[in-house]
Amino acid sequence: MTYSAWIIITASLVGLSCGFIGVFLILRKMAMMADAISHTVLLGIVLAFLITEKLSGAPMLIGAIIAGLLTAFLVQWLHSLDIQLHASMGIVFTTLFAIGVILIATSVGNAHLDVQHALMGEITFIPWNTITLPLIGQIPQATALLGATLFVVLFFIVAFYKEWKITSFDPALAASLGIPVLLMHYLFMGLVSITTVASFDAVGAIMVVAMLITPAASAYLWTDRLSYMLILSGGFGVISAIAGYFIAAWIDTSISGSMAFASGLLFIVSFLCSPLHGLLSTYRRSRHRKLSSHTEKA
Amino acid sequence: MKDAAIHVENVSASYRKNTVLEGVTFQVQPGSLTGIVGPNGAGKSTLLKTMLCLHPALTGSVTFFNQPFKKIKKRIGYVPQRGSVDWDFPTNALDVVTMGLYGQIGWLKRPSKEHKQRAWEALKKMGMEEFANRQISQLSGGQQQRVFLARALVQDADIYFMDEPLAGVDAATEQAIMTILKELKMKGKTVMVVHHDLQTVTDYFDHVLFLNGKVIAHGNTNHVFTKENLAKTYGGSIQWVKEGSQHVVHSIE
Repeated sequence: MTYSAWIIITASLVGLSCGFIGVFLILRKMAMMADAISHTVLLGIVLAFLITEKLSGAPMLIGAIIAGLLTAFLVQWLHSLDIQLHASMGIVFTTLFAIGVILIATSVGNAHLDVQHALMGEITFIPWNTITLPLIGQIPQATALLGATLFVVLFFIVAFYKEWKITSFDPALAASLGIPVLLMHYLFMGLVSITTVASFDAVGAIMVVAMLITPAASAYLWTDRLSYMLILSGGFGVISAIAGYFIAAWIDTSISGSMAFASGLLFIVSFLCSPLHGLLSTYRRSRHRKLSSHTEKA
Repeated sequence: MKDAAIHVENVSASYRKNTVLEGVTFQVQPGSLTGIVGPNGAGKSTLLKTMLCLHPALTGSVTFFNQPFKKIKKRIGYVPQRGSVDWDFPTNALDVVTMGLYGQIGWLKRPSKEHKQRAWEALKKMGMEEFANRQISQLSGGQQQRVFLARALVQDADIYFMDEPLAGVDAATEQAIMTILKELKMKGKTVMVVHHDLQTVTDYFDHVLFLNGKVIAHGNTNHVFTKENLAKTYGGSIQWVKEGSQHVVHSIE
């Protein structure tokens, strides 16, 4: 396959996984938790690197899951001690991220791991670093990791669809029906962590937040059904990824930056033009209502 | 009293840094319809949540038919305050009612046609069948409350807890909900309702629990719903509009 095809496939996989996970981030009102976890997984990756001395899939994933869950746990714990939720997030993730940065600077500085790369990603290098898989053949390592992540994310969303729905909508009812709300919360945080770390190589820690939040926030404006919202969000993620690639090729700039930019454009279009919750249609509806009430009076 | 449906013994709980419940003890007979009344901040919602293990108890024990909550969860239905959920959530009325069945459906399974049918019948019972496919944000406050009631009905529980189901609803909804509550009582279900409108207490409930941090009085409405108990619970801020029958509470906020 060609070089650009691999980049587009990889970016689309990021768009899909982040799009699906993002829906529940939005509905659980935890959008900023994505920001927190996207930073703290850096610590997980650094620790995994310090222990195994290489940057490979499995240890990185495990490190990221541990770091993500640690973040979720510490935030919850501080919050239970009467610290405001958003303040606890701010405290926990900056501290863990700072430890990660210090470790990179002092212990692993010469390796293929630098802060710039971790924050911005470098999707253009992805096709060079390949592995050989049975049946499929030689594919880029990051693409394989993202494919596996998408599979895991899809599996958990489909298998526990109604549990995600009820714990997001009404956790009190879910708990009274015997659904383990807290366990589902940490499972979800685990999914956010692996999605973030798998997208790391491609788009970096900052842009992954854009891919997690923006397509889902756009999809939220288009539909009133959870299942459609999931499909739309995944679709918007892929569209942003592909559009981002071509924008980057066109004006010769960062691919991950262009992807985030494209998702922002999609959001603006949704915000203005969505027939359901868009600004224009809301305006038109309220005008229509005013006009008809005027005619009634007349 | 061994055959009590609900047995609350010396329960205390705090909310943030304040103790809101202290040594709450009472027993509820099966098949009774109890109104819980008390001023703002009296711990009415906290009491319900503590009984349902949604809020930690500092002391005390709660049993239902002589069993702890964990063992009897599936026989208990809970209607939280309407404001406790996000009504912009992308789902429709039928779907919300079906959620009441998720405990019975079990893991890894989808709601079947039969489950949807049961949910639809519960909606119909609340006079909401024509709104089954309506997005929940497009329902009025009263309609949303009916959806919540339908969701509790579909659980087919033996004990129900409802947190202000009549707050901010229209008269028709209030009537519909009261009809259902009386029907539940007829069927021998035990129902506890947090209630705010003192004028309707004698019409709606056969038992009253006066709560203000602790139990001020509890028992048969005819015996317990007195001037003295009202004054004790609300701290004397009650003004009698018509001697003996109607009371108006002036909140001292």
